[in-house]
Amino acid sequence: MDILIFSLFNGILYGMLLFMLSSGLTLIFGMMGVLNFAHASFFMLGAYFAYQISKFVGFWPALIIAPVVVGVIGAIVERYGLRRVHKFGHVAELLFTFGLAYVIEEAVQMIWGKVPVSYHIPEVMNFTLFSLYGLEYSAYRVFMLLVAVSMFVALFFLLTRTRVGLIIQGALTYPNIVASLGHNVPLVFMMVFGLGCALAGLAGVLAGNILGTEPGMAIQLGPIVFVVIVIGGLGSLNGALVASLFIGIMQTTAVSYDVSMNGFLNVIGVQVDFDSAWRMLVDLTVAQISPILPYLLLTLMLIVRPRGLFGVRDV
Amino acid sequence: MLQIRDLHGYYGKSHILQGIDLDVGEGEIVSLLGRNGVGRSTTIKAVMGEVPPQGSIKFKGKEIAGLKTHDIARLGIGYVPENRDIFPTMTVEQNLLLGMKKANQTGRWSIEDMYEMFPNLRARADSLGDVISGGEKQMLTMCRTLMGDPELIMIDEPTEGLAPKLIEQVGKLLATIAERGLSILLVEQKLTIALKISHRIYIMGHGKIVFEGTPEDLRNNDDIRKEWLEV
Repeated sequence: MDILIFSLFNGILYGMLLFMLSSGLTLIFGMMGVLNFAHASFFMLGAYFAYQISKFVGFWPALIIAPVVVGVIGAIVERYGLRRVHKFGHVAELLFTFGLAYVIEEAVQMIWGKVPVSYHIPEVMNFTLFSLYGLEYSAYRVFMLLVAVSMFVALFFLLTRTRVGLIIQGALTYPNIVASLGHNVPLVFMMVFGLGCALAGLAGVLAGNILGTEPGMAIQLGPIVFVVIVIGGLGSLNGALVASLFIGIMQTTAVSYDVSMNGFLNVIGVQVDFDSAWRMLVDLTVAQISPILPYLLLTLMLIVRPRGLFGVRDV
Repeated sequence: MLQIRDLHGYYGKSHILQGIDLDVGEGEIVSLLGRNGVGRSTTIKAVMGEVPPQGSIKFKGKEIAGLKTHDIARLGIGYVPENRDIFPTMTVEQNLLLGMKKANQTGRWSIEDMYEMFPNLRARADSLGDVISGGEKQMLTMCRTLMGDPELIMIDEPTEGLAPKLIEQVGKLLATIAERGLSILLVEQKLTIALKISHRIYIMGHGKIVFEGTPEDLRNNDDIRKEWLEV
């Protein structure tokens, strides 16, 4: 029970982190049809910028400045890169973002080196806020959760209660009509791309000091974000939230359980021969198969329901 | 108001518009008729910049060919596309609000005007865009465009698939629009309301204008009607 609650808490935290990344990615995809391979790279940039900025002015200003800088870079990439590539079609756009991911990774290595940089949790937050069943929970993690939840509320408010949000929602479904009503759709695209990158950057600022800030962090997290937006449904924010929490909780709880198929079979009275070829399969524990689960889900989802849980159109 | 000269347009490699000349005067209702696939919709899409135009398109004396769609809309051209695409995740009222070009714009039309003309829309104000009926969608797309306070409104097949009573309503709305001084370019396949409300009529065939005249001229010209309109 104690493990369950603890990993549930961590799962929600990890899930909200995933949501910060996937919300931007899914909005960008829904609007422009661009699957941005470099999205997680902006997450990495957020972490590195926060590390660099906090060296001079401390963590708190970095928490604000780093995502803004990442957002501006994102907007510039859209305006002067992606928009020009757009006329050559989606494959060209995909290759562009693919290349960009490597450009960012190599650039980060050139500037900050290959080894992790020492980006730490701010001292004021580095204490145990509460303990559950003897397991300690740090104040910083609770802070992360608070920021993530406020970001979700703010994003939701922006999209459903403001005029800009209406224009964004409209451009998600019928960009041509939004343009014919006199709204500057390319400008909206640029803003959404920048906002999405800023959110990824914010996630980097918050998580870089827990997960480790190193050049491989984008590649590590990138694929799982794709899983989230496919399962949630491309272009759907609600879907991204549900799928983020689901994947987050699934991954953190699964690794803490040693239950295997064999154990289950033993309970119901089925014995599998030690020499049987099946033996290896049934001996796998949940913890052992947990890394493959999200990707298995991704492939199954594409076969069974290509539009994802909340999506309105197929991949 | 609108002056099109030698307009050509392409979809990929096919030459859809082959030199269109068309005028819409101030306060005038002009209909552009023709069978499916002759290029009527493409003509107004070219005016909106959704299909790259070649040739000259002038609006209030200003050349607009080559401008971006949203800039063309901001100059005062409203466009009601034929597929009645209502934003499905927004309410009827939000759809109308999105038609306004600025948050605090005051023009000829208010949301209250729309609700008075179409009480159905008032009753459905808080319904989501994808649950209202086809007729309501047609009214809403027209009202949404009017909220942007255009001086010229181009409407693509507003009566298609509507019941006679609704067609009558569309006709009434067009008359109201004209009363308030707007110019209208109406694209239709059939003569349904065009003969009744138009000042002038153009007929298109194979990417060209094949007839230009008053409704009276068209009524008296059986050959043209038979060759280019009737099935």
